[in-house]
Amino acid sequence: MTPIVIAGSGLAGLAVAREFRRLDAATPVVVVTADDGVSYSKPMLSNALAAGRTAAQLASADAVQVAAQLGIELRPWTRIAAIDRDARLLRLATGTLAYGRLVLALGADPRRPVLAGDGADAVLTVNDLAGYAVFRAALAGARRVAILGAGLIGCEFANDLAATGLGVDVVDIAPHPLGRLLPPRAAAALRQALDATGVAWHLGRTPRAVHRRADGHRLIVELDHGPAIETDLVLSAIGLAPRIALAAAAGLATGRGIRTDRLLRSSDPAIFALGDCAEVEGLSLPFVMPLMTCARALARTLAGTPTPVAYPAMPVVVKTPALPVVVSPPPAAAQGAWQEDDTADGIAARFVGADDTLHGFALVGAAAVARKAALAREVPAWL
Amino acid sequence: MKIWTCIVCGFVYDEAKGLPEDGIAPGTRWADIPADWACPDCGVAKADFEMQETPAA
Ligand SMILES: Cc1cc2nc3c(=O)[nH]c(=O)nc-3n(C[C@H](O)[C@H](O)[C@H](O)COP(=O)(O)OP(=O)(O)OC[C@H]3O[C@@H](n4cnc5c(N)ncnc54)[C@H](O)[C@@H]3O)c2cc1C
Ligand SMILES: [Zn+2]
Repeated sequence: MTPIVIAGSGLAGLAVAREFRRLDAATPVVVVTADDGVSYSKPMLSNALAAGRTAAQLASADAVQVAAQLGIELRPWTRIAAIDRDARLLRLATGTLAYGRLVLALGADPRRPVLAGDGADAVLTVNDLAGYAVFRAALAGARRVAILGAGLIGCEFANDLAATGLGVDVVDIAPHPLGRLLPPRAAAALRQALDATGVAWHLGRTPRAVHRRADGHRLIVELDHGPAIETDLVLSAIGLAPRIALAAAAGLATGRGIRTDRLLRSSDPAIFALGDCAEVEGLSLPFVMPLMTCARALARTLAGTPTPVAYPAMPVVVKTPALPVVVSPPPAAAQGAWQEDDTADGIAARFVGADDTLHGFALVGAAAVARKAALAREVPAWL
Repeated sequence: MKIWTCIVCGFVYDEAKGLPEDGIAPGTRWADIPADWACPDCGVAKADFEMQETPAA
């Protein structure tokens, strides 16, 4: 039997394999992955430093163990070069692999900032376990770290690094941390809480260059205005670009991600997509809960019961222990306004439409966060 | 009573406290949570909720 081939061994690829095996023990499943095939929790990468965890400690199973646990074949270090849709096979460096159905779970690449200077190549990103290992090794002897990007991952790393006693500078063009997710007062509360941990903000600024230096701190980050930042390490967290190149080259419909319908089917009915690389009915949601929801639906579809995915509102938990944050962003098309209310230790913000519909919310501080489940039930389903 | 931790997102389930907002009463043992339950923070299914048993503090 021609196998179901899953491209990628991140949380999405392995979740599909696991859920499918629960329904079908017989159909061969091959997971092909460019990395080492180690199973790990990517969200833990941004709160592992303060917990003192090494990359090895974050690995829960290696490729051999994963294959045995799931009853699949797992091919690590196998990069897919191209998809030949007519022949239904993948071109690999070492030959070809035929698929009956193909699941693309290729993830996303971190966007790279455009920077001048002889230190630009020293800028690190942490988007997988290997990247975390490099980052952790580079931290040896560092006293200060500069983070480019005050989004979700930037703020989480800022909190985690500050909690280990390092000096942290955060640069973002936006005027507030988590500016795309939080209304102003909620963002200000987060900013203050991180201030108290020693984070220094450089908001409304764009990094221009990174220079190496011979004495003192190792690097200098030059900004478009304001004083330059002296630091030892620069971590970029300015966003993700879904990996669509393989799909686009094969002629599949792509937008921000690989376009799929609610059956997670791309424009080729034999090819499916989920996780950070996918755009499901126009929604590109690079978080664990959407991909787990997709994995469950897709497993059923692959096992013979076509199952459209349904998205309830899926609030995102921001791992900033200095001040817990949960956001359920209003859908792009939602009309309404933020209402921010004080709580005992933070802000509860609701994005309410003209007809009183709750389209989204942002909860900052433990008292507000405790209302997550109740509020999530009020928000209309996303899909 | 035990405490369990989601290894994907770090969510903590404390049997003593339950999850009243999710309809799980205080004192509900992990074993008694329905099989189709998923982690409220990251959506990992209970069946593969790779929970680590943590001694109660
Ligand atoms: C630091 C950090 C913290 C996060 N925290 C949270 C959080 O708290 N909550 C939350 O919900 N989400 C969080 N996220 C997002 C979440 O981790 C991701 O949405 C999720 O892990 C994506 O999984 P994936 O399987 O789609 O992609 P990936 O894990 O990126 O997997 C992609 C796979 O595809 C393989 N691949 C790529 N190209 C090829 C090729 N050409 N050939 C073969 N294989 C290929 C790769 O080797 C890899 O195995 C965080 C992300 C980061 C980086
Ligand atoms: Zn979880």
